[in-house]
Amino acid sequence: MKFTRRDFLQAAGAATVAGSLPTVAFSADNDIKLGSILDNSGNLDIYGKPMVLATRLAVDEINEAGGLLGRKIKLIQYDSQSDIALYTKYAQQLVREDKVDVVHGGITSASREAIRQTFRRSNTLYFYNVLYEGGVCDRNTVVTGTTPAQAVEPIVERAMKKWGKKVYVLAADYNYGQITAKWVSHYVVQRKGTVAKTDFFPLDVADFGSTIAKIQQEKPNWVCAALVGGAHMSFFRQWAASGMNKKIPLASTTFGVGNEHLALSPAEGDGILIAGNYSQESPLPANKQFLAVWQKKFGDTKIVHEIAVSQYQGIKLWAECVRKAGSAEREAVLKAIEAGASIQGPAGTVTIDAKTHHASLDINVMEVKNQKLTILETVKQQPPSDTARYCDLQKNPNENKQYEVDI
Amino acid sequence: MDYAGVVTLEILYMIAFLALTSAGLAIVFGMMRVINLAHGEFVMLGGYTSIACYNSGINIYFAMLLVAPVVVGLVGLIVEQSIIRFLYGRMIDTMLATWGLSLLLIGLVTLIFGNTAVSMPAPITGYQLGEYQMGGYNLFIILVTVALLIAMWAVLRFTRAGLIARGAMQGADVVSALGYDPRKVYMYTFSAGAALSGLAGGVLAPLTGLLPSSGGAYIAKAFITVITGGAAVISGTLSSAVILGTVNQLVSFASHPVIGEIAMLALAIILLRLMPTGITGRFFRDGT
Amino acid sequence: MRAWPSVGHIRWGWFLLATAILLLLPLVTDTHTPSVLLIWALFALSLGMMWGYAGLLSFGHAAYFGLGAYTYAVAVINIGESTVPLILSMLVPAAVAAVVGAMMFYGRISDVYMGVITLLVTLILFKFMSATAGDAYVIGGARLGGFNGMPGFHTLNVPGYPEISLFGLPTYYVCAAALLICYLVCRWILARSFGRVLVGIRENEARCELMGYNVPAFKTAIFTVCAAMAGLAGCLFANWAEIVTPRVFSLGQAAEVLIWVIAGGLGTLIGPILGAISLGYVKLLLGEQTLIDNSLILGAVLIIVVLGIPRGVVPALQGLWAAAGRRARGRAGSGQGARRTLGASKPEHT
Repeated sequence: MKFTRRDFLQAAGAATVAGSLPTVAFSADNDIKLGSILDNSGNLDIYGKPMVLATRLAVDEINEAGGLLGRKIKLIQYDSQSDIALYTKYAQQLVREDKVDVVHGGITSASREAIRQTFRRSNTLYFYNVLYEGGVCDRNTVVTGTTPAQAVEPIVERAMKKWGKKVYVLAADYNYGQITAKWVSHYVVQRKGTVAKTDFFPLDVADFGSTIAKIQQEKPNWVCAALVGGAHMSFFRQWAASGMNKKIPLASTTFGVGNEHLALSPAEGDGILIAGNYSQESPLPANKQFLAVWQKKFGDTKIVHEIAVSQYQGIKLWAECVRKAGSAEREAVLKAIEAGASIQGPAGTVTIDAKTHHASLDINVMEVKNQKLTILETVKQQPPSDTARYCDLQKNPNENKQYEVDI
Repeated sequence: MDYAGVVTLEILYMIAFLALTSAGLAIVFGMMRVINLAHGEFVMLGGYTSIACYNSGINIYFAMLLVAPVVVGLVGLIVEQSIIRFLYGRMIDTMLATWGLSLLLIGLVTLIFGNTAVSMPAPITGYQLGEYQMGGYNLFIILVTVALLIAMWAVLRFTRAGLIARGAMQGADVVSALGYDPRKVYMYTFSAGAALSGLAGGVLAPLTGLLPSSGGAYIAKAFITVITGGAAVISGTLSSAVILGTVNQLVSFASHPVIGEIAMLALAIILLRLMPTGITGRFFRDGT
Repeated sequence: MRAWPSVGHIRWGWFLLATAILLLLPLVTDTHTPSVLLIWALFALSLGMMWGYAGLLSFGHAAYFGLGAYTYAVAVINIGESTVPLILSMLVPAAVAAVVGAMMFYGRISDVYMGVITLLVTLILFKFMSATAGDAYVIGGARLGGFNGMPGFHTLNVPGYPEISLFGLPTYYVCAAALLICYLVCRWILARSFGRVLVGIRENEARCELMGYNVPAFKTAIFTVCAAMAGLAGCLFANWAEIVTPRVFSLGQAAEVLIWVIAGGLGTLIGPILGAISLGYVKLLLGEQTLIDNSLILGAVLIIVVLGIPRGVVPALQGLWAAAGRRARGRAGSGQGARRTLGASKPEHT
């Protein structure tokens, strides 16, 4: 009997069956299961890798302190390899096979939207701990990252006072950049300034030569750069290479999130104004302790950035709500969340706003100096005002939508 | 008037960028018909090498112009001996293996350097052109590219090594007839191509935020430039770099960088349609 | 001497066995993973058919996969019911492919130059789609979304009944049916003289042309058909992922499908299918660990596969089994056995 290709279909089919059978989890039945999907490899790993480490740190810290309600937390971590198809796949896996009690995951907005509905349909509590464009109104989802309104207002205020009224806006061409640009315009115009021009750049654009020339034509007082990712880093380099960093000042709401300030030399980076939730230079005791523990566990603290800290804070916040509720069950935890939970994290106080399920956060206006983010002033507990315009989960608890902020 | 100067310089820079990043691929593909999908990663390695050297205190020009090409050339040698050597004539398998190689290199670099963006400052400051601030470093890149192309042409035209290389382009039996082992010639050619890619990466490092995944940005454009250029290594790469670079920047200035890129890609399609064997399949056929 | 087995010959026994396995798979395992593996298999089949049998190497086949996905999303948001969008998701890529194909083949573009042009097409689509995040980029009622992608559209429903949506298990059966039907279509094409001409074009294009066949027309035709299949895969992928992002057009996606076809085995129909299923599954498995960087592992695996298994998994293993068969028959009887082994050593076209 000749062996043919058909035999392989059989063999491959058998292999697939064997492989996709649910793996037996060797853990105590009593464990609370925390699922996480993050990009630990691929293009987005600059954001994902530190977040994965922060997740592990948070879970280990809780377990070492005795666990949650006397139970250990079991972490189930998946690497979506910067491929959105894997987000969908692992979300299903977390729900159907691993049967987790909560998920902390997602980095880009696309990845969040790809999995949010899966968790809502299966009533699995979902925490999204990354800064984003705002507007998600979903009782099953809690967001602990900053939204544009929180960070943009302080920075526009400060930049206009320091430098002047005419602004040139550069933004990443996707929803976060688009909406941030709208908020910048909104606050600039509110303070009687003008936006000379707004330019959008898809995430893979790395050549800004023509843009730099155009900016010089417009002669703004300062430039607001809501740029994201590795390719956009080139803007800051090319800006400095042409000597423009001495001529026109820069402000950004995204610079530093991926530790970009480490990549620029002091001569290039000094003077850039940033507004965000976290700075490693923060004198808060919670921050010092966090960095010390990180140093002991993982070694290099250089890679700690804002969204790694957000992820850590998100998990700690969830743990606090579980303790208050006395149970890891979704409805009980949601009640605790809506009662106004709050923790002290490395980036300050994190308080959940019951209406929007977003967080009020301390916003630091920082200046890049010597490759560090020096804090100039701190605005405490900025509320998530952009999402609050549209979203009231206490009035409409069945809401399930992402509003596009329209100003 | 100043603005015209700015645009011209940006065009020259884009031409240099395309020619510089494609030179290595032009040698490897043009002379050996090997499709090296890890070409972008060789460029990336050159960048990391020069940044690592700079951070350890080595003079920046030394790091960019000498250490980067030498190191990546060595890497190319190792790659050729361990992988490519077994796959000559098997274009498809080479594609698969070099794609695997590119993933492997990305993984290795991530392991060694981590994955936060690294960079080094440009050693040359900006200057004033009328009303505009210009990047001084761009001029350096243009100069390096011109020097490189002249050097390549001189080597191919006037040296014995160049003669052997051109013989190898025609066929392996030509080289054997001359008394040289074609396998050794291929080995040196591949290393030379890798070294050039490393040089490109090293020289471009001060203008980018380098990540392990940065290679992907170079491979597509380099591939398109080389194929559109056609069989001749130098005149082909140069002519397609000139045409594509000019269109890219003119359209970018007129509207937006994205439209500029799309226009460049569309133009490449038109060029390939009109000249199916590349520009130097039709013109400059006797050129190098 | 035996005649060469027909390229279009279907071994019905094995085919029905495969169908049975696909039918019964849901009884033993969750269908979410198998669905996407089948979608990727269909995508790989569409490239493998074109490349393996007609010799057309497209570096940018992802363009038609992506067009299928986006067409479905845009159409279903505007129409509301999924039957027409499903058909459109095959017609639009086919139309684009017809134009691109005609442009290339009537211009005598071939081998690596065709590869580059097809790559350019998918890159242009990628760059364009990535830049469509603004409010202005709408088709009818559908925001294109740029890098954010298009989430939350209506998934496939029973034709005529928009409220009954196919989700979960039915989606799996749709994917399985699509793969099986497309496989049969490919076989059927290969069984006709159309298929013979394609193989002839692959073997020696000049000779086919001298024999009077309109080679560009044949090439454009198969290019169009394979683009339609890729579009169908894209539509199913959009339904599985419930979001469409520009990544479907990316260099990464285009390279992935090439790798699946090569690893599985060029020149067969089942090779690309198995290549996609196995490598796709490896990718999913790798994501379950975060200790070692996954690019490193996948890269090493690919290099080892190429150096160790030159012609692709399927032909290599076939060769092994054919050799084993030869040895077994050689023992059975010298004369007759020898004659049959001669026949057995001829490469099979399946």
